[in-house]
Amino acid sequence: METLSSLLPPLLKGARLTAELALVSTGVGAVMAFLSGIGKLSRIWPARMLSIVYIEVFRGTSLLVQMFWLYYALPLLGVSLGATLAGILALGLNIGAYGAEVVRGAILAVPTGQYEAAVALNFSKRYTLWNVVLPQALVEMMPPFGNLAVQNLKDTALVSLITLSDLTFRAQNLRNLTLDTVPIYSLTLVLYFVMALILMALMRLLERVIANRVGVTAARARS
Amino acid sequence: MIFGIHWNLTSDWAFAASIIPILLRGMIVTVEATVLGFLIALILGLIFALLRAVPLKIVSWPIAVIVEFLRDTPLLVQLYFLYFVLPNYGVVLPAFLTGAIALGLQYSAYTSEVYRAGLEAVPRGQWEASMALNMPMVLVYRDVVVPQAIPRVVPALGNYLVSIIKDTPILSAVTVLEMLNLATIIGDRTYRYLVPLSEVGGLFLILTIFSSWLVRVLERRLPNDGIPLR
Repeated sequence: METLSSLLPPLLKGARLTAELALVSTGVGAVMAFLSGIGKLSRIWPARMLSIVYIEVFRGTSLLVQMFWLYYALPLLGVSLGATLAGILALGLNIGAYGAEVVRGAILAVPTGQYEAAVALNFSKRYTLWNVVLPQALVEMMPPFGNLAVQNLKDTALVSLITLSDLTFRAQNLRNLTLDTVPIYSLTLVLYFVMALILMALMRLLERVIANRVGVTAARARS
Repeated sequence: MIFGIHWNLTSDWAFAASIIPILLRGMIVTVEATVLGFLIALILGLIFALLRAVPLKIVSWPIAVIVEFLRDTPLLVQLYFLYFVLPNYGVVLPAFLTGAIALGLQYSAYTSEVYRAGLEAVPRGQWEASMALNMPMVLVYRDVVVPQAIPRVVPALGNYLVSIIKDTPILSAVTVLEMLNLATIIGDRTYRYLVPLSEVGGLFLILTIFSSWLVRVLERRLPNDGIPLR
């Protein structure tokens, strides 16, 4: 018990940074997912090309390589981001590329009748996208977004390899100091697990709130 | 110099070309770790899926918790756990093997879900028909259910294979000399990170594009109505 009470405070400090990084990078990822997911469906070809290149590059290479590239290689091109920004950008851009496919799929899954009705009512393209298509697609997107958010939370552990003192980094530090490997890593794993469970509960709540506001459940939107 | 291979610092292009053989050595380790990790995930995932389907709650419930735990905690921390904790109990494994096991463990949580979904996707009528024909359970699985489940699980398993490739650089954290680790070592020694890291990115792109193409070919080759196991 004594080791637990001495290990917990530093680990919790790291867990806080982990949670902050997960939150901010998920936000970056969500923005990128919508931009490139809608961009890939755009009629303007440069937007489409840009989205495709972004999605393929970030889905096709390893997250850790992207992170190292932003942290070690980019400064040699004259852009020094610092560890925090490099970590957030790598996480956000990576998860955003996965989210883009979710956004695209959900938009394509909106029944064609909805588009036809919007045309019949003489809605503008932008109005149709924002007020007809996206609200319905958003309901569909939420379950896969929940999985991606958990994925992103787990991925934040990699920032410890570019010197950010997140939960994993603190665990490594404690190991070097105390060599109590069993309690340190068990506690670290449990903390990640608890954070993931909380995140899943939050995403499910968000899912329900959005479904209520749009007025359709995912099941009804599909039929 | 790594592996007896010298790099050429006269120009960026010469440097880029001279380190390719070193990175290709790393790529072999990447592929080996992927294959071994994937095999472990395939087998362990199947065991998890079967145990989870056992009607006894005392068996299925703990397995469900373990699978959930493996899936919701970071691979890097699981890897550290195996690498630093197991030696306390007298199990000292080489870094590469520890890494492959960590990959296999994490992905077994995913593959077990794939198997479960695949078995559930076989139409109920198939089960009922086998029951009506009074087939023994072993034959129901071997001749009816599993052959039809295979085409359903292959695409999803293929996606996880590609995922594993992209997770192998994490093994560099426990000194495995795969592509990314070699690239950073080259960077540390020459103060040139841009070229080796960009090349590793390119090589990963080639690996993932090639392997997803392979999975797609395999997928198309599989007959939709199942593969006879005899």
